[in-house]
Amino acid sequence: MAIQTSAGSALQAGKRATSDLQSAAVELRTGPGAAALTAAGIGCATLGLLALLGDAFPAISHVLNVYKPTGALSGVSSGAIVVWLASWFVLNRRWRDADVDIGRTSIVAFVLIGIGFAFTFPPIMDLIQGK
Amino acid sequence: MEITFRDLMTVLHGMGFGALFMLAFSGAIAEFYRMTAGGPVMAAPSNDQSMLRTYLIAMVVLAWLTVFSGAYVVYPWYRAPVPSGADLAAYPKYLLQSSPTTSGWHSLGMEWKEHVAWIAPIAMTMVAYVYGKYGVQLGKFASLRKAVFVFALAAFVATGAAGAFGAFLNKYAPVRGGANIHLMNGE
Repeated sequence: MAIQTSAGSALQAGKRATSDLQSAAVELRTGPGAAALTAAGIGCATLGLLALLGDAFPAISHVLNVYKPTGALSGVSSGAIVVWLASWFVLNRRWRDADVDIGRTSIVAFVLIGIGFAFTFPPIMDLIQGK
Repeated sequence: MEITFRDLMTVLHGMGFGALFMLAFSGAIAEFYRMTAGGPVMAAPSNDQSMLRTYLIAMVVLAWLTVFSGAYVVYPWYRAPVPSGADLAAYPKYLLQSSPTTSGWHSLGMEWKEHVAWIAPIAMTMVAYVYGKYGVQLGKFASLRKAVFVFALAAFVATGAAGAFGAFLNKYAPVRGGANIHLMNGE
């Protein structure tokens, strides 16, 4: 009898939890997730782009040298962080109450993180610069 | 038994923060997958959800500590210019570049490591945020869940590349110097 009561309570709790999740899922939008995802991709692509530009152009490398002991890496990383956070802020404001197509957003984010990987990889950087 | 200050900081950067972050991936990826897979686990206890949130936040902290300690503490010692007539052993970048058999460790290894490592904290911050925002309900947003999972794997790859090259670089041209720290007396 005690086992039946316990099992019944567990079942009720499970149903309640599932019901809570369903109602909460209705309220949640994909916008905030899409904003975070896209912004992370933008941050990674910016990292790659700044690394490539710093490597290709001494003048840009000089500008990126915001902390001399670390060299251009200081500007590359700081720039990527600033662009990432700024884009996240802007996208989140725009999409926070919206349902965004995550399929399309994901593709964009994957391409952007791919750019981040590719443009930081020295053989590809050299290839782009014709070295 | 002694260790130099720079050795200690390099160990803290690579093993204390970086390796711990790397080790945390297996648990995070498995638990993230389990908690957001949908189906019966959707009713996962709130304790498990809080645990994963805390775990992911700890990973984010470790990731940022790793890249900042690397870029702003260890890297300046690695790339410090060599005074004329100085022993190259104290200047890892120039020691590596002094021979064609080791120069690739800098031109490929360090050049990639110093940049690609930053992908990991950016990606993991996003992963932690999305899990914090959606929790187990990510199971209902399959595309978002998959995308977040891909970014977690990308962070793992970036960390692996940076960590592996870091280990090799420290083998061929270790960052040494600074005050000697006495740890214990030998036999």
